[in-house]
Amino acid sequence: MTVLRTAAEPEQPASPGSPGGFAAVRGFLRKHETTFWRRGTLVAAIVPFVGLTFTIIVIAIKGWPAIRVNGTYFFTGSSWNPGSTYGATTTVKGVAVPQGASYGAWPLILGTIQSSVIALLIAIPISIGAALALTERLPKIVARPVGFAVELLAGIPSVLFGLWGILTVGPLLARDVYPKISSAMPNVPILNFFKGPTGQGEGLLTSGIILAIMVIPIITATTVDLFRQVPPLNQEGARALGMTDAEVTRSVTVPWVRSGIIGASILGLGRALGETIAIAMISGAILGHTAQNIYSPMTTIAATIVSQLDSSFTDATGFATATLAEAALVLAVISVVVNLLARLIVNKGNRLGVPTGK
Amino acid sequence: MTNDTFTLEVPERTKARRRVGQVLFRGATLLALALVLIPAIWIVVGIIARALPHWSFSVLTQTSAHGGLANALWGSIIIMIGVAIIAGTFGLGAGIYLAEMSGSSRRAKTFDSFLRTATEVLSGVPSIVLGFVGYVALVVGLHWGYSLLPALIILSLMVVPYIAKATESSLSQVPTSYREGADALGMSTGYSLRHIILRAGLPGITTGLLVALAIAGGETAPLLYTAGWSDQMPSLALTGHQVPYLTYPVWAYYNQPNKALQNLSYDAALILLVLVVGLLVASRIIVARTQRHADVRR
Repeated sequence: MTVLRTAAEPEQPASPGSPGGFAAVRGFLRKHETTFWRRGTLVAAIVPFVGLTFTIIVIAIKGWPAIRVNGTYFFTGSSWNPGSTYGATTTVKGVAVPQGASYGAWPLILGTIQSSVIALLIAIPISIGAALALTERLPKIVARPVGFAVELLAGIPSVLFGLWGILTVGPLLARDVYPKISSAMPNVPILNFFKGPTGQGEGLLTSGIILAIMVIPIITATTVDLFRQVPPLNQEGARALGMTDAEVTRSVTVPWVRSGIIGASILGLGRALGETIAIAMISGAILGHTAQNIYSPMTTIAATIVSQLDSSFTDATGFATATLAEAALVLAVISVVVNLLARLIVNKGNRLGVPTGK
Repeated sequence: MTNDTFTLEVPERTKARRRVGQVLFRGATLLALALVLIPAIWIVVGIIARALPHWSFSVLTQTSAHGGLANALWGSIIIMIGVAIIAGTFGLGAGIYLAEMSGSSRRAKTFDSFLRTATEVLSGVPSIVLGFVGYVALVVGLHWGYSLLPALIILSLMVVPYIAKATESSLSQVPTSYREGADALGMSTGYSLRHIILRAGLPGITTGLLVALAIAGGETAPLLYTAGWSDQMPSLALTGHQVPYLTYPVWAYYNQPNKALQNLSYDAALILLVLVVGLLVASRIIVARTQRHADVRR
């Protein structure tokens, strides 16, 4: 009597009376089943790599003419001028370009960095605080709804954040909060970025605040996962020595997961850098110059791509679309680098193999 | 004479400082908690408050050509089902490979970690970049036009990493003893995967899939330049026909000078919100129900 069947053992006939092709095929399938599963799932596992490569190649090819013509002006220049799209074209370096076209993406790049930095400055302390409150001795009846709120914030579509930001939050802040900050700030370097006209609520600070609300769930969820992996014995030992919650947190919990928190913040940064539709709605979408103060309208790379792609079709030479491809390439490279960095930091600093994604 | 007992003299000032530190700490964490809760409640209430005063259920049955959103709702549902099929298949496959099929040799491990990195990097590529690629390569390059297929491909590419990650991490929490037991009973690879391992990992996988659907249903930027927009009911044609979807009216109508269009924008926002909350609640229920019986905890 055979109970165990090993892979090496030849397949038994399916059933005594069933001859012909079908049984043979079934037998073949069963014999090589492990191989089929392995190959089949391998194909699926390669899909993300293929998609990533395809993405980079497509935008690199599409953006190549723009990379050659725009040169370094793309990174330093500030004017965003499609030229006379219905008029004469000139040829620069073998590329047909509408006359007078010049594309400098510095305001977009700076806007992307500024809004993301503001978002992180707001989001990181709030996320860590909320994660601490969620993991440390909070009654279940409070922790559950808060957990759901975090999940909800993560799931709400960005277009809803945009709608809420532009119709509710922006006007409210511009009316009640910004003027007070503006008049309270002293006129010294750095802080004078907070002075000046406060606008209608479409601009850098509003974008940063909404972005912060959008990245809080990412950082909080990742940080909660990290805190849950801190060995309870260490914390209990510290408590037994008479440490208060604050001291346990400062000297046991946080040091244990420090690199993980940095990784989580960089993951949030990745999301903030690439956020598109909400920023396109809230930023004021102004092209051509950088923000004058923290309230002034600005734009980001992602928001520019989504709002300018439509009008770039009017450029018959296709140069406007090529320039947007170059912008997309810059954005993709930044996000890829940021994500790899987050992964590196988390892997290097934490030998527990802490999961970083959601 | 020596004193046997030893008392540690803690200065009153230190005691007070520690007490104040503890109170400040507790206050700060609770404040942070409130700062997470308030926006969540505010945005939900804000969206409901804008849509409710003029809400009428006819928006669910009329197309946009007649001032409703039925076409957008059905378009979004079709897109979500398509993404569930395509991204679900590939994401599940990728997750199974990364969790179960990875080799033990050094070279195989390097290869697997390479695939894992590619998956994670893809999840970090901004959706507008993927949408741009869809427009350039599929809509224009392959002459498919704004249609269902490019939208499905691009959205699937976006969410495959999430599903793969959820599958991988939930399968990696299935106890090794399950696999050993299945092997000891002589189960084939496929049988033990389908009946033992995937079953135990199902709650996590389902949650990942539902979150991915919520992401797909809530995307705007990549759809604008792959699906297009239409005020007619969507068809199931894969190419050549534009597809309406719920996020478009929110984005395109909120600043129109026409009150009816603005209201449509708020209505679409409310439907989206209900959809997302529904998916989240569904995933919570699934996890709660299956966790009662499984000894695999997430």
